[in-house]
Amino acid sequence: MKKFSMSKLFLYFLLFASAILSVFPFYWMFVMATNHNSAINKVPPAMVPGSELVTNFTNVLANIDFFGAIMNTLIVATLTTVGVLFLCSLAGFAFAKFQFKGKNVLFVAILITMMIPPQLGLIPTYYIITKLGWLNDLKALIVPGLIDAFGIFWMRQYIKSAVPDDLLEAAKIDGCSNFRTYWNIVVPVILPAFATLAIIKFMYMWNDFLWPLVVLREESSHTIQIAIRTLIDNYVRDNGMIISGTFWATVPLVIVFLLFNKMFISSLTQGAVKS
Amino acid sequence: MEVLRTEPDHKKLPPPKRRLSEKTKDALSAYLYISPFFILFAIFGLFPILFSFYLGFQRWNGFGEMEFVGLRNFELILGDALFWKSLGNTLIIGILGTVPQLFVAILLAFALNSAIVRFKNFFRVSIFLPYVTSTVAVAIVFGIMFNNQDFGLINIIVGWFGIDPISWGTTEWGVKIAIATMIFWRWVGYNTIIYLAGLQSIPHDLYEAAKIDGATIYQQIRYITIPMLKPVIIFTVFLSTIGSLQIFAEPLVFLGRTFREEGMTVVLYLWREAFVNMAFGPASATALILFVIIILFSSINMYIANRIGK
Repeated sequence: MKKFSMSKLFLYFLLFASAILSVFPFYWMFVMATNHNSAINKVPPAMVPGSELVTNFTNVLANIDFFGAIMNTLIVATLTTVGVLFLCSLAGFAFAKFQFKGKNVLFVAILITMMIPPQLGLIPTYYIITKLGWLNDLKALIVPGLIDAFGIFWMRQYIKSAVPDDLLEAAKIDGCSNFRTYWNIVVPVILPAFATLAIIKFMYMWNDFLWPLVVLREESSHTIQIAIRTLIDNYVRDNGMIISGTFWATVPLVIVFLLFNKMFISSLTQGAVKS
Repeated sequence: MEVLRTEPDHKKLPPPKRRLSEKTKDALSAYLYISPFFILFAIFGLFPILFSFYLGFQRWNGFGEMEFVGLRNFELILGDALFWKSLGNTLIIGILGTVPQLFVAILLAFALNSAIVRFKNFFRVSIFLPYVTSTVAVAIVFGIMFNNQDFGLINIIVGWFGIDPISWGTTEWGVKIAIATMIFWRWVGYNTIIYLAGLQSIPHDLYEAAKIDGATIYQQIRYITIPMLKPVIIFTVFLSTIGSLQIFAEPLVFLGRTFREEGMTVVLYLWREAFVNMAFGPASATALILFVIIILFSSINMYIANRIGK
């Protein structure tokens, strides 16, 4: 009996400690975003929200084009996500339900591309983007972002199990073209798979850093991650201002996560744990 | 297997001539549907990779003429003490950031999976929250926590244990511990959730039986959880290894453009060679070396992970 409650106590201690350590930086981010730099840089630093919320954010707006960067990020993440959903589901449909020569070889080729680290082709890709004149252009993020081997893999698995062959056969007998079959029959059935892939892709594009840093040099083309990084390049480090930018760049995804946390978590585990 | 099953259906379709054209039509549709991936991959994936192999043997600044220099780029990189330093740093930060993380994640997943715990969803959401944040945001927030001065939050906490303030941003181990902490914090919840999904597939009877036999929590984890979780563990080890070898945003944001060598990682080294020093040849050579290292370490870690629970 005593042993049971000891282990129970240990489990709860472990979980509470982890929950606090996980959430605290968000709380402190908010505290810093609402305090003056001097309140952050004293012993001990501010631990409760202050009154500088507006001032700090005004300073952010004076240093970077915050809303422009958010807009760029939204454009990139949305277009890439929509494009990936469309292209990957079409390709997944082909791999799941069509017979064609070289199908298995091509599918294995797609899987192999997942194992190549993106840095390997970084410099030549940058060169191609320069040649295309896409430097400082959001196309540099969107077009290569449409390549998604995992998306094809994921869609193929889902379509294979969720779309019955009989349904496709019936559509064919009724004279549906292949694309109409895809659009009217496959798409409605695979909406849950769309949700999963959309979350993964959108989050990845929102948080991506290395590639945007390489191709987006001009401020007008910056995505939000690149924009908030430029805040710390200033000579005078105004932490209240820096954190204010970081905080407001983090809030949108956190809100979306809190609203849809069940979907978020299940989608990322579905994406990761393959049986 | 699927191929065989669909075959008889086609035989039922009446006129043979129409069947053939139907089949061809289907194949054409299929090729059309998969072509965007292959076209885009050819331009932005395959060609750059092949070009990297070529570029590794050239001297080039991105603008002028290329000049074949043989193995000189590789000699330059492998003879550069800073490259070896960056490789060492990457490995140390990777180990500090991921090995404890995976252990803690298993422990947390085990706790979350335990029948007695209430508020499971609250814990799950809180622990997972850091994963939603970008590495840039994490590096900025933790960069302020790991301030060198005595008002830095971590230095204050360290002070409670009677330790003098540490210069996290300038000392050999300070930098590494700070960056490893960022990685730990952002990823531990993600791995916990992955393990939790794996744990939920383990039959509960096993734990019941173990409890009746008087097994402690440690024994349950050691003899039931870890062996049953092996495939998931292999997956996370694989992901963590690749992720660690690609650490970039954390040191760049934490240390700024000082590129202090205490926090130099291989990808940061590569990026600096290419886009700060405009030495595309040596940078490409670095990319190729990184590729070999990733394959090497993935294989080693898969081998070790495969032996878990044996």
